[in-house]
Amino acid sequence: MIEQVADPLPQTGFAKVVLELEVNNHPGVMSHICNLFARRAFNMEGILCMPVAGGERSRIWLLVFEDQRLEQMIRQLEKLEDVLAVRRHGAEHEVFERLEDFFH
Amino acid sequence: MMQMTGAQLIVRLLERQGVRTIAGIPGGAILPLYDALGGSELIHHVLARHEQGAGFMAQGMARASGQPAVCFASSGPGATNLVTAIADAFLDSIPMVAITGQVPLSMIGTDAFQEVDIYGITVPITKHNFLVRSVEELLTVIPDAFRIAMSGRPGPVLVDVPKDVQNQLISFTDFPPRVVSDSLPPVDAEAIEEAARLINEAEQPVLYLGGGVVHSGASALAVTLAEQACMPTTMTLMGLGAMPVDHPLSIGMLGMHGARYTNFVLEEADVLVCVGARFDDRAVGKAAQFCPRAKIVHIDVDPSELHKIKRAHVAIHADVGSALEALLPRIRKSMRKRWLSHVDSLRSRFPMQLPGMDDPRTHYGLVRAVAAALDDDAIITTDVGQHQMWVAQAYPFRRPRQWMTSGGLGTMGFGVPTAMGAALAEPDRTVVCFSGDGSLMMNVQEFATLAEENLNVKIVLMNNSSLGLVYQQQNLFYGKRVFASKYGAGPDFIKIAEGFGIGAVDLDQAANPRAALAQALQTPGPCLIHASIDREQFVYPMVPPGAANTEMIGG
Ligand SMILES: Cc1ncc(C[n+]2csc(CCOP(=O)(O)OP(=O)(O)O)c2C)c(N)n1
Repeated sequence: MIEQVADPLPQTGFAKVVLELEVNNHPGVMSHICNLFARRAFNMEGILCMPVAGGERSRIWLLVFEDQRLEQMIRQLEKLEDVLAVRRHGAEHEVFERLEDFFH
Repeated sequence: MMQMTGAQLIVRLLERQGVRTIAGIPGGAILPLYDALGGSELIHHVLARHEQGAGFMAQGMARASGQPAVCFASSGPGATNLVTAIADAFLDSIPMVAITGQVPLSMIGTDAFQEVDIYGITVPITKHNFLVRSVEELLTVIPDAFRIAMSGRPGPVLVDVPKDVQNQLISFTDFPPRVVSDSLPPVDAEAIEEAARLINEAEQPVLYLGGGVVHSGASALAVTLAEQACMPTTMTLMGLGAMPVDHPLSIGMLGMHGARYTNFVLEEADVLVCVGARFDDRAVGKAAQFCPRAKIVHIDVDPSELHKIKRAHVAIHADVGSALEALLPRIRKSMRKRWLSHVDSLRSRFPMQLPGMDDPRTHYGLVRAVAAALDDDAIITTDVGQHQMWVAQAYPFRRPRQWMTSGGLGTMGFGVPTAMGAALAEPDRTVVCFSGDGSLMMNVQEFATLAEENLNVKIVLMNNSSLGLVYQQQNLFYGKRVFASKYGAGPDFIKIAEGFGIGAVDLDQAANPRAALAQALQTPGPCLIHASIDREQFVYPMVPPGAANTEMIGG
């Protein structure tokens, strides 16, 4: 129909948030998750994924900037069939800090 | 021990799930599945003329029955042709299982003939999707596809099956059981108490019903809630039929093309009870100014809808029906005389105006004449454009699932194949599709399928020789710079219908259009009913882009 007149995109904040996702481990999972972030122009600053539970599942760590859409993003993530749990941590979480050595 | 191919297994699983009709088009990568389907004594295959048509036929079946319906397409172009119908089902929460053929596993990723990554393409437009990598997976993937499509908030699921997986042999002992919907978390009793308190204490509450009420089969409960609490009740485009429009508490459809009084009533609400609706921009206009005074109670089966557009004071994540059941015993009977009489006075000051409604040669008059010739058992579908809004405004919808329209995606070409799907699911009902001359041409090839299946579908073509809604926008908001919205040469639609083997009636030529219409509607089988409509008729009232719902023009 006609064009939308929408509010301007919310500004990203500077506080970082670490998300911990428990997901099924198969080749399509990443594309489902990345798609959610990409189409909302929500940048993932860091991603880390390794298998757990003998390869049945994976744990994904995401580093994102806090903004007002994050709550909605988490709800959308929780809706994905392959996402079993989402936990939210503050920036003080050490998972990405410990990786710093590999990025110098 | 049973042994069969993947293709045979899919067909058996579909049969066991209760599927009796499948619409689709074969092609190389899905031929094993078609070969197996040909052997089914239970499933009737409807050969569409375009995969988008097949997708909308599945939607029509699902919208009529509430059960997941199935469509088939081959790999590559077959699969991409399904995309619009899948996206449409996603936005309107319609349970559908699309099964596509894919090139053999070993050829995936090689740009093989007719290979597209339909899995990747449909990630953002399905509730979930699968690329099946072994025949064993089918035993869980097919039941899962149905379970996901119908559980919670319904939606489309795509299953992409490589050709070699269809041909692989599998041995197994037992079929998986027929799946049912996942059970939902229990209703939060505290939130229900709080919602009841807000409603009981409200002076000017309004009930706002969306498509979720229809999906949940909770229309009767919603009407009871409205009556018990004496709440004026508005419906979204998708919610039409949840409460009969002529119910004394109905205030009709809200939003962009709702009646002025409806939007004014909402403006004054002190409590808004939103049930199975999602504050869509076409319904609420400028969200910040929607129901500015109201405390909001929001009930939805999809937790990500809660607080998405408007922060709810009480958010209830539950099946709409279960939540209403829990809520009803806590709602005090009240009269709300002052509020209802105020609503009445708004209604008489700013009513829905349907000029020409007694003249079947006008747009509103035609819609009313069709309604007068039918009973509430008929199913009404529309395409997209002015005609769609005129039907939404003027047709007296009185029951859930009486009405099917492309609400979220607004897809021209939706009407005819969806009507056919509805007729396939409910062969005893008359199905009427209101269409425009632009929309009709988008899936006109399905007339061939319609003739072949001899379905009881009537197409009422409101022909204004233009893309009417675009023409309206250009006139109102683009300085009357009319461009690419008027048709230079229109086809002879009567001949087109007849060429496909479908009866046709031209109301323009009828001495008594009402009688000609009634006769066409009462004669079993497909028929095109053509009526010219004045191009200068616009849909009013209207909330202009970016405005609040109370800033309507026209009407
Ligand atoms: C597939 C598709 N393409 C384009 C549009 C944009 N669009 C919305 S309404 C409309 C005109 C519809 O014309 P018609 O079917 O003749 O109906 P009318 O508005 O004249 O009643 C167009 C082009 C759309 N909704 N869907």
